[in-house]
Amino acid sequence: MSFISYLVNGISLGSVYAIIALGYTMVYGIAKMLNFAHGDVIMIGAYVVLTAMASAGVSPVVAVLLAVVFCTVLGMLIERVAYKPLRNAASPLAVLITAIGVSYLLQNVALLVFGANTKSFTSVVPIPPLVLAGGNLTISGETIMTIGACIVIMVGLTLFIQKSKAGQAMRAVSEDKGAAQLMGINVNGTIALTFAIGSALAAIAGVLLCSAYPTLTPYTGAMPGIKAFVAAVFGGIGSIPGAMIGGILLGVIEIFGKAYISSQMADAIVFGVLIVVLLVKPAGILGKNIQEKV
Amino acid sequence: MKKMNKITKSNLITYVMVIVIYIAAQAMVMTGNMSSLMQGLLVPLCAYVILAVSLNLTVGILGELSLGHAGFMCVGAFISAFFSKCMMDVIPMAGLRYFLALVIGAAAAGVCGILIGIPVLRLKGDYLAIVTLAFGEIIKNIMNILFIGKDANGFHFSTKDVMSLGMEPEGKVIINGPQGITGTPKDSTFTIGVILILLTLFIVLNLIHSRSGRAIMSIRDNRIAAESIGINVTKYKLMAFSISAALAGVAGVIYAHNLATLTAQPKNFGYNMSIMILVFVVLGGIGNIRGSIIAAIVLTLLPELLRGLSDYRMLIYAVVLIAMMLFNWSPKAIEWREKYAEKFKFRKKAKAEEV
Amino acid sequence: MALLEVENLGISFGGLRAVNEFHLHIEKGSLYGLIGPNGAGKTTIFNLLTGVYRPNEGIIVLDGENIVGKKTIEINKAGIARTFQNIRLFKDLSVLDNVKAGLHNHHSYSTMEGILRLPRYYKVEREMDERAMELLKVFDLDKEAETLASNLPYGKQRKLEITRAMATDPKLLLLDEPAAGMNPNETKELMETIRFVRDTFHLTILLIEHDMKLVSGICEELTVLNFGQVLAEGKTSEVLNNPEVIKAYLGE
Repeated sequence: MSFISYLVNGISLGSVYAIIALGYTMVYGIAKMLNFAHGDVIMIGAYVVLTAMASAGVSPVVAVLLAVVFCTVLGMLIERVAYKPLRNAASPLAVLITAIGVSYLLQNVALLVFGANTKSFTSVVPIPPLVLAGGNLTISGETIMTIGACIVIMVGLTLFIQKSKAGQAMRAVSEDKGAAQLMGINVNGTIALTFAIGSALAAIAGVLLCSAYPTLTPYTGAMPGIKAFVAAVFGGIGSIPGAMIGGILLGVIEIFGKAYISSQMADAIVFGVLIVVLLVKPAGILGKNIQEKV
Repeated sequence: MKKMNKITKSNLITYVMVIVIYIAAQAMVMTGNMSSLMQGLLVPLCAYVILAVSLNLTVGILGELSLGHAGFMCVGAFISAFFSKCMMDVIPMAGLRYFLALVIGAAAAGVCGILIGIPVLRLKGDYLAIVTLAFGEIIKNIMNILFIGKDANGFHFSTKDVMSLGMEPEGKVIINGPQGITGTPKDSTFTIGVILILLTLFIVLNLIHSRSGRAIMSIRDNRIAAESIGINVTKYKLMAFSISAALAGVAGVIYAHNLATLTAQPKNFGYNMSIMILVFVVLGGIGNIRGSIIAAIVLTLLPELLRGLSDYRMLIYAVVLIAMMLFNWSPKAIEWREKYAEKFKFRKKAKAEEV
Repeated sequence: MALLEVENLGISFGGLRAVNEFHLHIEKGSLYGLIGPNGAGKTTIFNLLTGVYRPNEGIIVLDGENIVGKKTIEINKAGIARTFQNIRLFKDLSVLDNVKAGLHNHHSYSTMEGILRLPRYYKVEREMDERAMELLKVFDLDKEAETLASNLPYGKQRKLEITRAMATDPKLLLLDEPAAGMNPNETKELMETIRFVRDTFHLTILLIEHDMKLVSGICEELTVLNFGQVLAEGKTSEVLNNPEVIKAYLGE
């Protein structure tokens, strides 16, 4: 039974990674940049929920909605102020470093506003735990919620990208920015929309993460952010199903590594598997390997 | 021949700059004008400068993004600290011991560079970045679970805890897992650090302006063309990458021999550190060695200079970093700067003509 | 005696047969043209000759040595150098350094000698400078030696690419549309330089051209490629009057 329990936990953690990785992968696919501040948007989202519930006393649902709105606006603001001016910079590293600056900024704003102390996060999930196999296997409400949310987001996002006009524009921009512009697509608007969606997902991921692991500090988002980035690369960066597969695989590997090999070695195992995968499939599991034309 | 002189002159300015900063800092220390906090930063600063210069070799000259530079530093730091602690009684001369520690630290990091580089350098761009990041995290993780002790029977290893080392009672723990290495001789000094900076500069600058450096830069600019004129791409990529790693190892040796306790924390050997070094490189100018030095110094001292602002200092640091990036790299800002510079030049010229 | 002999060369990409039963005989010292309509497979043949692609079948013999299966750098050392249709310079290096990079395998000293600035470094670097300037002079680029390659005007970038390829001291020089993007005057001047280079440096040159008029001016022999196959070959004047060739070009 413990195996199944670990597997479920792994899928649950992986679902959170997957939701974060979606934000990474969409932004990478469209703006061709690694948004290092993405993990910190998660943390901000969690703080918004915590503050809204504790100080303003609103219901969990309203608090989550509030966090989604706040992070969406924040994401668009960051894109507009810090990333957009560097879109045509001479080196792609410029915007990467700026994203690191934004990451520091968000962490330190959180530090000033909320303090360095670890806050305990109250779960927003109202679902009771599911007891199976005569009490041998308990699946927490948070796990059910997380996996459910992940499935809903995955399906919704795929439909949006495939069917909607804005989704088509996104695909066009990620394929060829210049050509998309010539076809009358609003490239700036599309990129802003991508950041908005990515940040909204980050807010949801933040709530789910902190419901499952109920502690919150200004640095809470950093490591999951990096792991989700790894997940996105794992699955093939730029690919939405890739982010999903990468995220869930990563979560399962991490939990299994902790359970069966060594809890202290979990990070080394995760990163080691990543290296092996990239050496075998240099563009990730679902990534396209593009050869340079001579 | 004129160009030769231009390069020599530029290199000379870099060396002189380092020496002048060294003299100024020493003068401040001697006249008591430097806070003890600042003095404590001098040796780590030397390590950071070497890290920035060596990373610039990978990022600026070879043109590959590495996010695991701190991993190589970590290897150099732990191996050399381990060596120095073991040899404390065997080699009582601090100078010789330190020299050997440097050689061992650099060699170990360099070998790691080759081992990582062989499979990884075929990956491109962001994938290379993520694998180097993964490497750095793995090294950090391993250092946190490694226990090594020594007794009459020799060395004992474990990845669990001190007890499972199974040593005789008089055995000594050398590497104590998350508690790291305690009691490394504090042999690093500011002067040694500066000498090692000059040595690093000598290696990197001379490499860049030589046949091998030209080969490395030609691969950066156009790999396919480099192959077409018979340049061995793998060899020179690996060369640049491993030299860069070995120099990071040197920085690790300096860093380790300045600490009472060496531990592998996320902030000194994790990706945070790798990213901080990358910030130095990009802010100082990709491929610009002198810029890396200046950026490393300014950004290391900035939080200390802002100490008066207490809680706000890291916030201001972040804002300054973003602002500087936008000012240095945004095409609009560059255009505006050029326009302004031209106007200024024009005015100067007009004035000169008036006279 | 033939410097280059290619027999039965073929390659497919997926289901597409890009080059089929291609053959080529180039005598030492000749100036040979490879022409054909867009998409005929000319650049693919260059990529096969230089080891960028590996042929599915066929042999390529350079000066008596089969070079099929060798890597690009080995083929360059064996004596084939090339230029590219879309210019590939080392854009952040100076014009001089671009050429010196081409001299890499001919003027050698170790990395250690370079870092330690041993006497050999100075000696070899001086030799390289002299040799590079000599080559740049041929293409009238010596005054721009210090300029960054990316700052050169288009026509000069093409010339620099040829200079760089020549620095590797090849037996066979492959030029991929060397006159693309040049005006008629520049083209004429370039064609004269190419002939001059061939005569002075005793090179063998194979060049791809799209425009038949240009080729007829300097190439002694031609192969016409169409849909990856040899349509005609032989003396320039004969080939250009071949009705098949005219048909392929003018499309009836």
